[in-house]
Amino acid sequence: MMLIDTLAQGLLLGGLYALFAAGLSLVFGIMRLVNLAHGDLIILGAYLILTITTATGLNPFLAVLLAAPVMFGLGWFLQTHLLNRVLGADILPPLLVTFGLSVVIQNALLSGFSADSQKLAAGTIEAQSVDLGIVTLGVMPLLTFASAVAVVFALNQVFYRTALGRAFRATSDDQTTAQLMGIRPQNIFAIATGIALVVATIAALYLGTRANFDPSIGPARLLYAFEAVIIGGLGSLWGTLAGGIVIGMAQALGASINPEWQILSGHIAFVIVLLIRPRGLFPRAND
Amino acid sequence: MTTLLDIAGLTAHYGDFQALFGVDLTLAEGETVAIIGANGAGKTTLMRAITGVAKVTAGSVMLAGEDITRLPAPDIMTRGIAMVPEGRRLFPSLSVEENLLIGAHARRGNGYWTLERVQTLFPILKERRHNPGTALSGGQQQMVAIGRALMSNPSVLLCDELSLGLAPVIIKEIYAAFPQIKASGTSIIVVEQDIGQALRVADHVHCMMEGRITLSGRPADLSRDAIHDAYFGVSHA
Amino acid sequence: MTLNRNLGLCLAFLALTALYALPAIAPRAMVQDLFGILTLLVLAMNWNLLAGFAGLVSVGQQAFVGIGAYAMFAAIILAGLDPLVGVLIGGIAAALFAVPMAFFAFRLNGAYFAIGTWVVADIARLAISQWKALGGGTGTSLPKGTAKEMAFVDQIKELLDVSSAAAADALTYWLMLSLAVGVLIASYVFLRSRMGLGLQAIRDNENAARSVGVDPVKLKALVFLLTAFGTGLCGALAFIQITRVTPDAAFSVIDWTAFVIFITVIGGIGTLPGPIVGVAVFYLLQRLLADYGTIYLIVLGCLGIAVMLFARRGLWGLFIDRTGIDLLPLTHRPPRMVASRPAAHRRSA
Repeated sequence: MMLIDTLAQGLLLGGLYALFAAGLSLVFGIMRLVNLAHGDLIILGAYLILTITTATGLNPFLAVLLAAPVMFGLGWFLQTHLLNRVLGADILPPLLVTFGLSVVIQNALLSGFSADSQKLAAGTIEAQSVDLGIVTLGVMPLLTFASAVAVVFALNQVFYRTALGRAFRATSDDQTTAQLMGIRPQNIFAIATGIALVVATIAALYLGTRANFDPSIGPARLLYAFEAVIIGGLGSLWGTLAGGIVIGMAQALGASINPEWQILSGHIAFVIVLLIRPRGLFPRAND
Repeated sequence: MTTLLDIAGLTAHYGDFQALFGVDLTLAEGETVAIIGANGAGKTTLMRAITGVAKVTAGSVMLAGEDITRLPAPDIMTRGIAMVPEGRRLFPSLSVEENLLIGAHARRGNGYWTLERVQTLFPILKERRHNPGTALSGGQQQMVAIGRALMSNPSVLLCDELSLGLAPVIIKEIYAAFPQIKASGTSIIVVEQDIGQALRVADHVHCMMEGRITLSGRPADLSRDAIHDAYFGVSHA
Repeated sequence: MTLNRNLGLCLAFLALTALYALPAIAPRAMVQDLFGILTLLVLAMNWNLLAGFAGLVSVGQQAFVGIGAYAMFAAIILAGLDPLVGVLIGGIAAALFAVPMAFFAFRLNGAYFAIGTWVVADIARLAISQWKALGGGTGTSLPKGTAKEMAFVDQIKELLDVSSAAAADALTYWLMLSLAVGVLIASYVFLRSRMGLGLQAIRDNENAARSVGVDPVKLKALVFLLTAFGTGLCGALAFIQITRVTPDAAFSVIDWTAFVIFITVIGGIGTLPGPIVGVAVFYLLQRLLADYGTIYLIVLGCLGIAVMLFARRGLWGLFIDRTGIDLLPLTHRPPRMVASRPAAHRRSA
C-alpha cells in the first residue's frame, strides 16, 4: 500500500520534471543548443507570475496567461540577439553564454526579490485531493501531471502536424537546404526558444504553487530537466515525459526510505539508466 | 522575349580561391538555358552564387529588374527563384508529402503548382507520400526535389546536376516533365554534365571551364567539336 | 621576437621573486588575499586545460575541490596525519574519483558532458553529506591549532620572526604559489609536447587527428585525470586556510567553477596566459564592486557573455591581435631558412 502510494506520488512528481524538461528537449531537438540557463529561466517565470499576482490580485492560473506572452517575447529576444550569434560548430560559446546568463538571472533576481522564499497562492485548490480507493492524490499534483501530458501532446502536434513543425524539422535536418525553401533559420530558432519559455512558464506555475522557491534553486531544476531529457532519449518529447517519471519515481522511492536521499536517488537512477542505455530509452532513429 | 534573370560580371570566392571570374548570363521569360562543363568548372558555384549561398565578391544578379545580389538565401527564394540542389538534399525527418509541402514555404500568391498537380506530374510521389523522403530510390528522390522546388511557384527554376548518379532511363523520365514545367510559365536553368541531355532540353547552351563561360549559343548552332573543345579545354591551334 | 621573449622572462623572474618574498615583507592580510587569488588561478589554469585545450567543458570541477578538501579533513581527523600529507591525499582522492566520473561523463557528447559533470558533482556533494564521521550535512572544523602544528611551521616562524598563525599562512601561500607555477610550467611543457600538439590537433579537427594516429579519448581522459589531481590538491590546500568544511561550501558550483569559468573566458580561453590575465581582472572587479554584492556577479556574467560575443579569445587574444606579442606561444616557429643550423629546430614540423 505504502509502495503504491509512493510510486503514485513519484509519477505525479515526474509530471513536474517533464514540464521542466520539455522546453529544453524542444530547443535541443531543433538547434542542438543546451541552455544552461533553463532552470533559472523557469525561476524567472515564477517571479514574473508572482509579480503579476501581487500587482493585479489575479489567481496564478490566470496570471500565467499574461506571463506566457512576456516569456515568449523574452525567449525570442534572447535567441535573436544573443544565442543566434554564438550557435555554430564550436560548442563552447553557446555553453558559456548560457552559463553567464544563468549567473546573471540568478543574481538579478536576488537583488530584485532578495533571497527570501516565495510561494504562489492558488487558493483552496491546493488542499483538495481525490480519493481513488487505493491512493489519495492531491488535485495540484494531478493537475501538474495532466498539464505535462497536455504540453507534450501539444508540442508533438505542432512538431508533426503543422507547417511550423515542418520548418522546425527541416531546419534541424539541414539548415542550408532549409534556407533554399525560403526558411530563415534564425527566425525558426527564435520561435522555438519562445515556445520553450512558454512551457517554462507553465512549469513555473506548478513549481511556485506546489512549493517554496527562491532565486538560487534554478540550477537544481536544470539538472532534473537534463536528466529527464537524456533518460528519454534526445529529441523525443514523449521520451522526455517518461524520463521525468523515472526521475520522479526514483526520488519518491529514495525519499520514502530517508528524506535526505531524495535528490541523490534521482541522480543515481539517471546514472544507472545511462550506463545501461547510453542513448536513453527512446532514441531518435536518425541522430 | 523580356529578360527575367540578368547576371553580369559575377565573381565568387571560397576563401582565397576564386571560383567564378566575371560570368555574364541572361535568362529570358519562358526560356530554358543549360550550363555544361566538367567537374570543378564552377557550375555549382554559379548556382550557389545566384541563390545567395556562396559569397559574391563582384558583379550583380538582377531578377525581373530587381537587384538581388548578396541578399540572404531565404529572401532570394521568396522573390521567385527555386533550386533543386545537387544531391537532392531531401529532409530525412520529413515524409515525401511533407518534403513537397515545405517547398511551399517560399510561395508567393497563387500559382499553377499545387500538391495535387505535382503529384499528377510524378504519380509515384502520391503513392509513396507517407514514406520518409530518403527511403525512395535516387530517381524518385530527384522527383521529390523537383516537386519541392515547384511548390513555391518559382519564376526561375534552377536544377543542379539532375542526372548525377541516375540510370539513363530514369533521366529520360525526369526530363519528360520539363515541357509541362515550361508550360506553367517557369523559366529554367539546368546544370548538366550530360551534354546530350542538355542539348535536347535547352534553348540556349553555355559551356563553362575554370570559372568562366567559354562558349555560348543555340544547340543547333554549336558544333560537336566546338563543345568538345570548350568542355575539355583542348585547343586545335 | 627574441627581445620580447627575454624581456618577458626577466619580468616573470622578477615577479616570481617578489611573490615568493611576499610573506617576509608584506602584511598577513595581503598574503591571505593573494592566497585566495592564487587558488582561483590554479583552478582556472586546470579548467583552461580541460575546456580550452581538450574541449571538455566541465561544470563539475567543484567535485574535485570538495573531494580534495574532504579527503584532507579525513586524513587529519580520522587518520591523524600531517595536513601536508592530507593535501597530497586530497589530490590523489580527486584523481581516483575522476576515473569513474570520466567513465560516466565521457558517454555524454559535447554540451551534455557539461551538465553530466555537474550531476556527478552533485552526487558527490549529496553522498558526502551522508558521511556522519565528518559532520554530515553540517560539516566539520579542523581541530584547533592544526595549521600551526603543520610540518615546517616552526622553522618558518623562526626564519621570518612571526606568529605561528602567520607562519602557517606563509607555508600554505608558498605551496599554492608553487602549485600555480608548477601547473603553468607543466601546461607549457605538456602543450608543446607531442601529446599536447595532438590535443590541439584534436580540438581543431578530431577526425583529422584520429587519422594521423592520435587517440582522442585516451588523451582527453589523461587530461581529465591530471587536472582532477591539480584541482584536488588546490581544493585541499584552500581548505587548510578556511579550516571549516561543509558539503555546500566545498562543492559550491559558484565558488569553484563559475568564477573559474569567467576568469578563464575573460582572460582568454585556450591561451596559456589567459587565466593569469583573467584572475587580475577578477581581483580588480572584486575590489571595485565589493560593496555592491550581487551586482558584482551580474557584471562578471555580462562580461563573460560579451567576451564570447565579441572577442572569443578573451583579453589576452585581443592583446595578441593588437600587438603581435605572444609571451607563451604554443606554436612551434617554422624552421629558419638557414641550412647550417637544422638541429635547433628539430621538433618543428
